Amino acid sequence: MSDKILEIQNVSKFFGSVIALQNVSMFVRPGQVTCLLGDNGAGKSTLIKTLAGVHKPSEGRYFFEGEETLFESPREALNAGIATVYQDLAMIPLMSIWRNFFLGSEPLKAGPFFDIENAKQTTREEMAKMGIDIRDPDQPVGTLSGGERQSVAIARAVYFGAKVLILDEPTAALGVKQAGVVLRYIVEARNRGIGVIFITHNPHHAYPVGDHFVILKRGQILGDYAKDEVAIDHLIQMMAGGADLEQLQHELAEATGRSD
Amino acid sequence: MTDERVRKVGLANRLLTRPEFGAFLALVVVWIFFAIVAFDNNFVSWTTTASILNRAAPLGILAVAVALLMIAGEFDLSIGSIVGFAGMAVMLLVTPADAGGFGLPVWIAVLIALVITLLTGFFNGVLVMATRLPSFIITLGSLFIFRGLAVAIPRLMTNRTQLGGFEDYDSGGWAATFATKMELGGAKFDIAIIWWIAIAAIGTIVLLKTNIGNWIFGAGGDANAARNVGVPVAKLKIALFMMTALAAFIVALIQATQLNSADSLRGTLKEFEAIIAVVVGGTLLTGGYGSVLGPVFGALIFAMVQQGIIITGVDGDWFRVFVGGILVLAVIFNNFIRQRASKR
Repeated sequence: MSDKILEIQNVSKFFGSVIALQNVSMFVRPGQVTCLLGDNGAGKSTLIKTLAGVHKPSEGRYFFEGEETLFESPREALNAGIATVYQDLAMIPLMSIWRNFFLGSEPLKAGPFFDIENAKQTTREEMAKMGIDIRDPDQPVGTLSGGERQSVAIARAVYFGAKVLILDEPTAALGVKQAGVVLRYIVEARNRGIGVIFITHNPHHAYPVGDHFVILKRGQILGDYAKDEVAIDHLIQMMAGGADLEQLQHELAEATGRSD
Repeated sequence: MTDERVRKVGLANRLLTRPEFGAFLALVVVWIFFAIVAFDNNFVSWTTTASILNRAAPLGILAVAVALLMIAGEFDLSIGSIVGFAGMAVMLLVTPADAGGFGLPVWIAVLIALVITLLTGFFNGVLVMATRLPSFIITLGSLFIFRGLAVAIPRLMTNRTQLGGFEDYDSGGWAATFATKMELGGAKFDIAIIWWIAIAAIGTIVLLKTNIGNWIFGAGGDANAARNVGVPVAKLKIALFMMTALAAFIVALIQATQLNSADSLRGTLKEFEAIIAVVVGGTLLTGGYGSVLGPVFGALIFAMVQQGIIITGVDGDWFRVFVGGILVLAVIFNNFIRQRASKR
């Protein structure tokens, strides 16, 4: 088993008197998927932003590639190889796929000129490597489905050398089939040796792709389990804390019908 | 690079998805309309064509800069005021001291005025980025500020709001550069048309062929998303505000050399005319979509309608009704084709 590429130890984050995170520890290894599960208000967003360099932890330690690190900005984290794909901020709908793909990191030729042929070609190739078939790179991203958009964002992060990929609820707004598309790219990214942190509130999406599962509740870690240590119904129960058990059982019945 | 999953999209359809297509169509329709209605008034002639282009050029120069700014998601309502302000700055700096001016050599005056004008754009940009207020509000304020300054400062110093006699100070060929007329087919074409074409060409190349162009689309499409992937959105937008000020400065120089004077009220309403040209040209009001070529057509339509109404002898009062109508129609039409085109 390879070393942890990103790890936080006993991280807390306070906003004034509000304790958003308390004593949170978690890690991800290259070529593995760490699923971060939590219901709304569990502190997922704060944790993502702390990992992505937006927030600095109030307490605790942050390790990247074995060294203690403190990122000053998201850009710094990105340059180090920690790419974050936000649910709604991933893509610009009016721009074509290739323009989106290279936004902010455009390949240049002959001085100041954007190497457009290269950009289109690379976009097509990189998407193909992720197993997505883009028909026309000139297509505006707005005409893609939600799942395809997330996939473009993931492919972009992978292409630009992400070592750690943080995915903020990439499947939340998607239908079953679309979510399946995104889950496949998560596995693709993992197979290419990237450490993936997959944030979701849906255990049915997490369980098939995850290597281990971190459950966050009210700003604290409720548990950290390897896949062989935990069954999906147990995950669900811990996340929801026994609330609305009947509805959960109903969902569970549905889930067993379609998982794998 | 062929892919069996890309179906051949017809030429018509590919044209439909281009932002400037609607404006081009409108331009053709307006031209044909006047060519028929005003044929007896000599609409189809070198003279009328020259008049239209001469009218369109200064507006078109402004529209190119405003287009880039609007694609990046910001407005500049102060550009007309900056035209008046910049012209006044130049004239005030060259006017002799005994007439209340600074009496500087013309090239120094132009250089200083250029720096001051760029600072007005910098002021707009920094204020918009620092306050995070809509640029509509900020530049509405600077519309009044710069117009007010363009009236108040010359009045204070020279007791006038019009300063003439640029040719008396011109020793560096400024008039030759900005006000030469070129004979073609017996009609006189302003050199400003060449400036316009050059600026539009540069604008198009920047927008479509450079990384800065990609940032412009990104900043206007979603500033946060662009920032997240490392686009320097604030710097970019401040630079674009300075570019609109630069365009205003060039127009001010063209007018000062052509008319031999500066007037505090010059450029009034040009901000709206430029926005009309840009929007008629297919640029999305909310940013993220548009072209430079579209506003070029927009400026041409504007000038063509103006000239057409003048030569047909229709009461000039109707001009605004026409322009307003064309604006609304163009936006409805552009909206329609954009939605249609993006859905297939």
